[in-house]
Amino acid sequence: MAKNAIIVENLSKRYRIGFEKQGRDTLAEVVSDWITSPIRNYRRLRNLTKFKGQEQEIQEVEDIIWALRDVSFEIKPGEVIGVIGKNGAGKSTLLKILSRITYPTHGIVKLNGRVSSLLEVGTGFHPELTGRDNIYLNGTILGMTRAEINRKFDEIVDFSGISKFIDTPVKFYSSGMGVRLAFSVAAHLEPEILLIDEVLSVGDAAFQKRSLGKMEEVSKEGRTVLFVSHNMGAVHSLCSRGLLLESGTLTMDDNVDAVINQYLSSKDISSLGRLNWSEADAPQDQELILFGIEMISEDGEVKTTYQIDEGFEIRIHYQIVEEIKNLRLYLRFKTTMSETVFATYEDAQIQQGFNRKPGHYTAIAKIPPNILNNMTYRIYIGFDSPGHKVLIPGKEYLEVDIIDTSDGYRYVPGAFDGPIRPVIDWQVDES
Amino acid sequence: MLKKEQEIQQIVIDPEDRKRRLINWQEMWQYRDLFFFLVWRDIKTRYAQSILGVGWAIIQPVFSMIVFTIVFGNLAKVNSEGVPYAIFSYTALVPWTFFSTSLTSASTSLIGSKNLITKVYFPRLIIPISPVLGKMIDFGISFLILLGMMVWFGVKPTIWALMVPVFIILMMLTAAGVGMWLTALSIQYRDIRYGSNFFVQLLMYASPVIYATSIIPEKYQILYALNPMVGVIEGFRAALLGTRAMPWDLLGVGSLMAVAFFLSGALYFRAMERYFADVA
Repeated sequence: MAKNAIIVENLSKRYRIGFEKQGRDTLAEVVSDWITSPIRNYRRLRNLTKFKGQEQEIQEVEDIIWALRDVSFEIKPGEVIGVIGKNGAGKSTLLKILSRITYPTHGIVKLNGRVSSLLEVGTGFHPELTGRDNIYLNGTILGMTRAEINRKFDEIVDFSGISKFIDTPVKFYSSGMGVRLAFSVAAHLEPEILLIDEVLSVGDAAFQKRSLGKMEEVSKEGRTVLFVSHNMGAVHSLCSRGLLLESGTLTMDDNVDAVINQYLSSKDISSLGRLNWSEADAPQDQELILFGIEMISEDGEVKTTYQIDEGFEIRIHYQIVEEIKNLRLYLRFKTTMSETVFATYEDAQIQQGFNRKPGHYTAIAKIPPNILNNMTYRIYIGFDSPGHKVLIPGKEYLEVDIIDTSDGYRYVPGAFDGPIRPVIDWQVDES
Repeated sequence: MLKKEQEIQQIVIDPEDRKRRLINWQEMWQYRDLFFFLVWRDIKTRYAQSILGVGWAIIQPVFSMIVFTIVFGNLAKVNSEGVPYAIFSYTALVPWTFFSTSLTSASTSLIGSKNLITKVYFPRLIIPISPVLGKMIDFGISFLILLGMMVWFGVKPTIWALMVPVFIILMMLTAAGVGMWLTALSIQYRDIRYGSNFFVQLLMYASPVIYATSIIPEKYQILYALNPMVGVIEGFRAALLGTRAMPWDLLGVGSLMAVAFFLSGALYFRAMERYFADVA
């Protein structure tokens, strides 16, 4: 029986988050503040690395967070594990500890074999150095020896496809060339244990696709892989076992599909195209009740995945209980990182305001085709009465995946840059 | 493709690790290639896109020497113990420039390596140690100039010139020790970065660079030698210029202090390194 590849015992990690600063109003306060600030700053900075024992004061407890708490698991060699959880559940912290970037507060980890992670792509690249120099530098940073790089050098250069520029300083490379070279180095690592954090990987979609491809290849070679992702499709197809993290604790360690199901059902964002509430548990205010939201295709089908050239509708069902002045229903498309892509409002005449009488209403927002990029968006909905009150605070309710299965854009693979991808009329005249 | 099981090494991540081993030499040895490439990167990029290139390694001590010779040698008439003031001050400037530039680059090294620290593991001690090794190139070049000047001024070294490698080790030990302190402090307190240049400048006046140790009253000399660079600089002068007897007392105190700086620096650095990625 082979030794376990990864053994994690009672792993905990504590972080200290910064203090909030109090405001100062008077000149005297500002002056005394300025004079005493070195002492205060010193205390604050010193505390960044100090943790008192159990007897700490209440005020101090509040600025400590446990990113991981008593996490234990074992992984056999060759297993491919998906680590699933919401943002802030501790996934990235776990990977950072396993890759020895940060230390655990308590607990022990044993790793049998060399560890690398694809989140390190391009780390240590120096713009003044040539491609050749950077291969050596980056390779050794990622844990290769000089002899190993010598052996694989030609392969790395070939794979990157930039052999012509290998003796050019990297600062003259296009960003695409830089990424290609960096990825090529990373792809030639031969670790026994590979850690991949899709959440942290900064590359564009084409690059992420490539790392997924690399993942698949690696998992077939019998390496041990730990994969952190929000992409349930990728987790499902690559991993056999899943670990579910919830606010720093390991809540489930099971077959990957069981873990994905558990995760999706615990998520407050629906992975279904429709949400309905009964009067008792609906989001509501005394004047207003939100009964349901759905996404419907042009054929009347409720679904969450749409082609890039397919329009769809978002329908919002609500009831006005008492007449509301200046009702505003707003809808935002957000990225999975919760950045707003655009906002839209129920009524175009919103600037003049209107009052809505009691009754049941269905608001339909028609999302045109060829405007969204091929990526995942979150739909954020809220009701308010501007300048008066918030009726139902905004929240991300649904997730929609936009996909592009046509091969018409083979010269620009993956998602285009930017959060949207409108179709623009181009005209080219020979002059 | 995969290594056989017996070859696979085990890595243990344990918060108490540093209490058992101050410096993991075996691991440092495994990372020797990274060490080499980081030093090499520093050297190669330091003078990239500059006209004088490595000439800058000479300019700093040589121009300091010229200014010191005019101001302190000719105008203030500082006693240079029987040799021309130019070579008197340059002999001190060679180790001093090494020391001061290693310290300044050590204090900024960790912040400059933030990208590495937050993304990849390697023994963190490489960060403060590699600038010390990197500056040895500059030191070598300016030392060659010193040998040339000795020929030019007709100054003969003493038999103690054989001790120079020992002084160099002492000088590197001090630079690495203080460097580890400054590096570990600088990631948490950015003041170190702003203050270290200034601090190093002041420290020069507390070292026998522009004057000889002999002007310090006898009873304070041991106190003065707590700065290990005092012993190093006077050792250089005694060995190469023969201006004085070998300062064994200064060197003794200095060596103890250098070892103390190095050990305490390594201890403090190891105690703090676990927080680097969190507070960087």
